[in-house]
Amino acid sequence: MAEENRAEEAPTLAEDLRRLEEIVRRLESNDGDLDQALALFEEGVARLRSARARLSGAEVRVRKVVADARGALRTDDLDGEQ
Amino acid sequence: MTSPLTTDTPWSVTQVARMARRYIEAGLGMIWIRGEIAEIKIYQSGHWYFTLKDAECQIRGVMWKSDAQRFGLPPAVGAQVFVFAKPTIWEERGEFRLSATEMLVTDRLGLEHLELQKIKAALEKDGLFDPARKRALPEWPSCIAVVTSLDGAALRDIITVARKRWRSLEIRVIGAKVQGAEAELEMVRALKLVNRLEGVSLCIVARGGGGKEDLAVFNSEKVCRALAQVKVPTISAVGHETDVSFTDFVADCRAPTPSAAIEMAVPDSAELIDRVNHLAVRLANAVGQGTRLAAERLERSGDRLHTAVTNLLERRQRQVDRLGAQLDALSPLKVLERGFALPRAEDGRVLRRATEFTPGLSFRLRVIDGEVPARVEEN
Repeated sequence: MAEENRAEEAPTLAEDLRRLEEIVRRLESNDGDLDQALALFEEGVARLRSARARLSGAEVRVRKVVADARGALRTDDLDGEQ
Repeated sequence: MTSPLTTDTPWSVTQVARMARRYIEAGLGMIWIRGEIAEIKIYQSGHWYFTLKDAECQIRGVMWKSDAQRFGLPPAVGAQVFVFAKPTIWEERGEFRLSATEMLVTDRLGLEHLELQKIKAALEKDGLFDPARKRALPEWPSCIAVVTSLDGAALRDIITVARKRWRSLEIRVIGAKVQGAEAELEMVRALKLVNRLEGVSLCIVARGGGGKEDLAVFNSEKVCRALAQVKVPTISAVGHETDVSFTDFVADCRAPTPSAAIEMAVPDSAELIDRVNHLAVRLANAVGQGTRLAAERLERSGDRLHTAVTNLLERRQRQVDRLGAQLDALSPLKVLERGFALPRAEDGRVLRRATEFTPGLSFRLRVIDGEVPARVEEN
């Protein structure tokens, strides 16, 4: 389960950045009304926070993949790595 | 034939060449000759022209296409060979030649070269080197597989560079011997294992530098074929920059070193942080523009409720146009970041020339993080 969450983390960062670019472009082009602009701004700020958190928080994980005698896969922490 | 011992009965050039050829062919017959390939060329006709040498002498030779094609590829220059040939004279040129029908490479280097050529031809034939099958690398990998020796420098380099660049990453290492007798089997097994891993979006095959023989497994046909079967995009990073192996051609990308491979594989967080910061500035500026415009609009529409709808629309269009022009003027935000400021009149016009700053004029200075009200002092 934890592994699945992790796999989704980076695509979300990508998504944050793409959406941010879109928000900024839309705000810069001024093609909405004020309410819409403020809503976009709020979303933009949230996306900025999330992108910054993702960029500064994570740590590289190194795992060793091992197949046992019956071919089942297992991942272990690599010796000397956390 | 008459004896050519006096000027009365000289032989023609042809007679001499023909007689010499007859003597040589009859005297030597087909023989095995041992030597080193000093030079070898395949002509378009398919014939091989070569020079065989030893420490003191050299002889030129030819192997006709009909024989040469049985061997497929010629041995390399420098190879030690046994040649089965008929020493003869090429009459038209009056030159001594070997007419060879067999050529066996006898030294290890020569045999290895031949073996590599065979593997290369087989992989090429099956399209494994075809640039059209190269896949693009993922832009944001969150989990990558690395096939390499667990205690090699390659893995250490990859981890170190990953930590500097892209920490939102999981590296799954599949250990395999990268040299020695078991290397081929272990590499093939490891590459097959990559296809069973969930969530992996890229595979790096790596090893640090080594001698030519140490890199042999990366020229193995089985390893190359297993690499081609990996379902995710692959990077081959074998040895130091000058080493090239077949896996480099089979993988989707070739990296000169393991460090370069991980640089290729993951984005640089520092660059992304810059990008995020830049977006933050643009966001703040853009929303500033938007709210000012809306306020202006409200004010004006309140004053002129009687104005025809068409006029209103026209005016809004002009506002949008003007705003667009202002944004263009602002677009090099980097300039503001360097400490420059942009003076604009109350109506939004950019003030470019000293003459525009009439005494008493109120204007606004746009700086990186907002606007400052300003006024031209009386002279």
